[in-house]
Amino acid sequence: MLERELKRGSTEMLILALVEDRPRHGYEIAKLIEQRSEGVLQFHAASLYPLLYRLEKRGLINGRWVEKAGQRRRRFYKLTAAGQKILAEQRRTWKDFFTALDRVAGINPA
Amino acid sequence: MFDARDEIRRCLAALNLSPEREAEIVEEFAQHVEDRYQETLASGASEAEASQAALAELRESEVMAQDLRRVETRINPDAVVAGSGSRTNLLDSIWQDFRYCLRTLIKNPGFTAAVVLTLALGIGANAALFSVVNGVLLNPLPYPEPEQLVTLHQKKPSFDTGAIPFPNFRDWQKSNRTFAAMALSRPTAFSLTGIGDAERVNGQYVTSDFFSLLGVQPALGRTFVPGEDEFNATPVVLISSDLWQRKFASSRDVIGKGLTLDDKSYTIVGVIPANFDLRINLFRNASVYVPLGQWNNPALRIRSAALALHGIGRLKPGVTLEQAQADMDRVSKNLAETYPETNRDNSAKLLPMKDRMVGFIRPLLWLLFGAVGFVLLIACVNVSNLLLVRSTGRSREFAIRAALGAGQGRLLRQLLTESTLLALIGGALGLAFATWGTQAALGLLPTSLPRASEVKLDTRVFLFTFAVSLMTGILSGLAPALKTSKWRLSETLKEGGRSVSSARHRLQRVLVAVEVAMALVLLIGAGLMLRTLSALWNVDPGFRSDGLLTFGVSMAPTLKTAAPDAIRATLRDLNEKLNTTPGVQAASFTAGALPLLDEDDRFFWITDQPKPSTQSDMHLTLVYTVEPDYLKAMGIPLKQGRFFNQQDNERASPVAVIDEVFARKYFGSSNPLGKRISFDDDRSSEIIGVVGHVKQWSLDSDDKGPVQAQFYEPFRQLPDDTMPQLSTGIGMVVRTDSGTASALDAIRNVTKSHNPQNVIFEVQTMNEVIAGSLARRRFSMILLESFALVALLLASLGLYGVISYMVGQRTHELGIRMALGAQRRSVLGLVITDGMKMALFGVALGLLAALGLTRLLKTMLYGVTSTDPVTFAAVALLLTVVALLACFIPARRATKVDPLVALRYE
Repeated sequence: MLERELKRGSTEMLILALVEDRPRHGYEIAKLIEQRSEGVLQFHAASLYPLLYRLEKRGLINGRWVEKAGQRRRRFYKLTAAGQKILAEQRRTWKDFFTALDRVAGINPA
Repeated sequence: MFDARDEIRRCLAALNLSPEREAEIVEEFAQHVEDRYQETLASGASEAEASQAALAELRESEVMAQDLRRVETRINPDAVVAGSGSRTNLLDSIWQDFRYCLRTLIKNPGFTAAVVLTLALGIGANAALFSVVNGVLLNPLPYPEPEQLVTLHQKKPSFDTGAIPFPNFRDWQKSNRTFAAMALSRPTAFSLTGIGDAERVNGQYVTSDFFSLLGVQPALGRTFVPGEDEFNATPVVLISSDLWQRKFASSRDVIGKGLTLDDKSYTIVGVIPANFDLRINLFRNASVYVPLGQWNNPALRIRSAALALHGIGRLKPGVTLEQAQADMDRVSKNLAETYPETNRDNSAKLLPMKDRMVGFIRPLLWLLFGAVGFVLLIACVNVSNLLLVRSTGRSREFAIRAALGAGQGRLLRQLLTESTLLALIGGALGLAFATWGTQAALGLLPTSLPRASEVKLDTRVFLFTFAVSLMTGILSGLAPALKTSKWRLSETLKEGGRSVSSARHRLQRVLVAVEVAMALVLLIGAGLMLRTLSALWNVDPGFRSDGLLTFGVSMAPTLKTAAPDAIRATLRDLNEKLNTTPGVQAASFTAGALPLLDEDDRFFWITDQPKPSTQSDMHLTLVYTVEPDYLKAMGIPLKQGRFFNQQDNERASPVAVIDEVFARKYFGSSNPLGKRISFDDDRSSEIIGVVGHVKQWSLDSDDKGPVQAQFYEPFRQLPDDTMPQLSTGIGMVVRTDSGTASALDAIRNVTKSHNPQNVIFEVQTMNEVIAGSLARRRFSMILLESFALVALLLASLGLYGVISYMVGQRTHELGIRMALGAQRRSVLGLVITDGMKMALFGVALGLLAALGLTRLLKTMLYGVTSTDPVTFAAVALLLTVVALLACFIPARRATKVDPLVALRYE
């Protein structure tokens, strides 16, 4: 099971986690990944948006154009119920994975 | 202000998005890039630096375009047939399915081509072979009321289907109550002179009823009428359409014209139609057909002389074969009482004409049909696998349609519509392959397949192909369809449209293993045939075939009326001239039997023993009538005593040479030299030598031939009355130094200069004769071999496809393994092991199946058992190596996986 879950990669979990609390637009998501990973993980627009669109297609996040006074409209993404479920599963999977790695190699990041 | 819109549009151009979608993406990207620009500027950078940072966002625009293509074109909304709960017209929805399938198939030209070609190969091969089975075995004979047609034979204790002596035949005709008509035929040849160049033409002696019995309508004129086959009747002749065209330019006033055959004038009364093609007993299509009564052969009046006369008959309407057989048994019994000396043990034997014509080839054709069925099954498995792989990629499409309310039955139907559509297109293409393939296959086998000219694509072949295509579509679509339609929506969505279901993989793996197994069975069959043929080529025929030439010589027609001594002298003169021709080592006339070509036998008894009262108590031996150089020409070894020399001529006392089998069988351990044998006509000869046995009947089953003992007599000691006949056609064997072609030119020149009216005909090298005797086997080998190769190709493609697909599915896993430090070699090993497990399972399965199935080949094999370990091992090895190769290519690709890329693509 573990192996299969691993295939889905880590990047989509990062995005799902960032839009969990409230809707965010693409630039904000990119900034947050960069800031919180202290610059280790970086996403350019060219790689970020295809991922966002894919997650949206799969129904895990939902994008909506929002206009705020005096600003240009932006597209905000928010987590769907299905996304919520997947995020929870992915967190568990990665946790299992790191626990396993830690048990073998002693690399627990915590 | 930084505007990247144009740049973004350029990246998106190739995707062909809808204008609205493109505008959205451009807007979002542009916003992002501008945010970056403004922020960089705000942090105190120069405008140039800010522009650079903004552009960096688009740095990997190629990757972006690729990524977007995956996302944006994965589902094309207008192509989805939403499942509908309402009760729409069934035909409407099928038509909808059909159009949808057509659209999706056109959108995937690679996939469609692969499937259609695979099916076309499989279905085409089946259609081709079925058209042969249909034309040869299933279709009735092309004559009116064909079920009434039978062949007639004289049955002796030793031989079921013997020839019929003419006096017996006349009695059968007179005394039977169940036949509408009976007829005899006998092959012959004539020198045709007087129209253009003199030439040798094939002829058939027939009795009057021959053509009317069959129901053959002449193309022009009439066929023979009763009485024309009597001994004293006016000479008339029927000619073939071919001869009519060649010699008379198809002129309609040919009727009543004369035709000179062997210096005798015949009146042409009719033309046999071009589509007439009959091969029954010894009857073959000929250029001229002459009434039997014109045959100037005194033996026609002898009740014990069969003279290679074979019969056909037509039963009266309503008479069964059994009734006719009982009737003929009664007739034979009466004849046996009237003529006990010749007829005591003889009876009449009837066989349905079609069985007699095609019976011998029936098992072979069904066997090949079975083999080609295997090929189709393999093609089905391959297509099944392709569909499985494709359906995996489409799981989201199905999940969404199911979510929109499409029932499982509806999805199943759509998938089956798709596979059936593919199969029907494949079938149509296959039919085209078949048209071409059948002609090619028949070209390989012009003479040994009966009714070959009747093989064509008729309605039944079309129906068969259609039915097979439908079945193929359903068969190959069923497994993937059932799998796909059972998918659970939640699982599919959760897995992100790239499901890895182990159950599905298991099915795929089993299918591939089965495919490998079937290919192995076919390859083993083909391998056994190959070993059989090579064994047969290595069989010692008892003579040396290399450099050996055989042909017929027809002397100038004027010689026929010369005195027997003059004929003998002329023939001897030609033989001596040929013997001294440059390039010729030895030459000899042959009459009577010739190995693998002609047969002639004679009753005899050992002179020391009392003469048997009837023929059936006498022994039978093959008779070879030859010149002294025959032994040297043929390369037959002398075992004992001496062979003939120049002094063994018509004035010397009769001598004979026998073969080892004759010596062993009739003289046992005692010395045969000096013993005498006697013949029916009260001639007797002294045995002066023993030579090696030659394979007379065939290379593989000579010992099953009706007569084994072989007896040689000097050509020069033949009775005077046989000489005129011999001058019109006599065989010749010549051993040449080098290439037979150059020797042949010299031989032709010598023969022509001896007399310009001499004709050489039916030139064959003995190697060609041997090849001809193996033609049927070679035909089945070539067919089996091509089926096996197609099977091998399909199976390795199947293996390759499945492994490739699995490697694709495991890219991420392999990437992680390599990121965690796995060596390329171990990844290679991993993938290959995975594939070889399938292949080896298939090989094992195939070996088991082959052990059972090759038994069907038993009667066709020679010099090799049906479970030949060498063939089994070699084929298993071959298949394993091919499988290894099929696994290696995708495995190597797996090692090229870039861990970073693999991880990034989920």
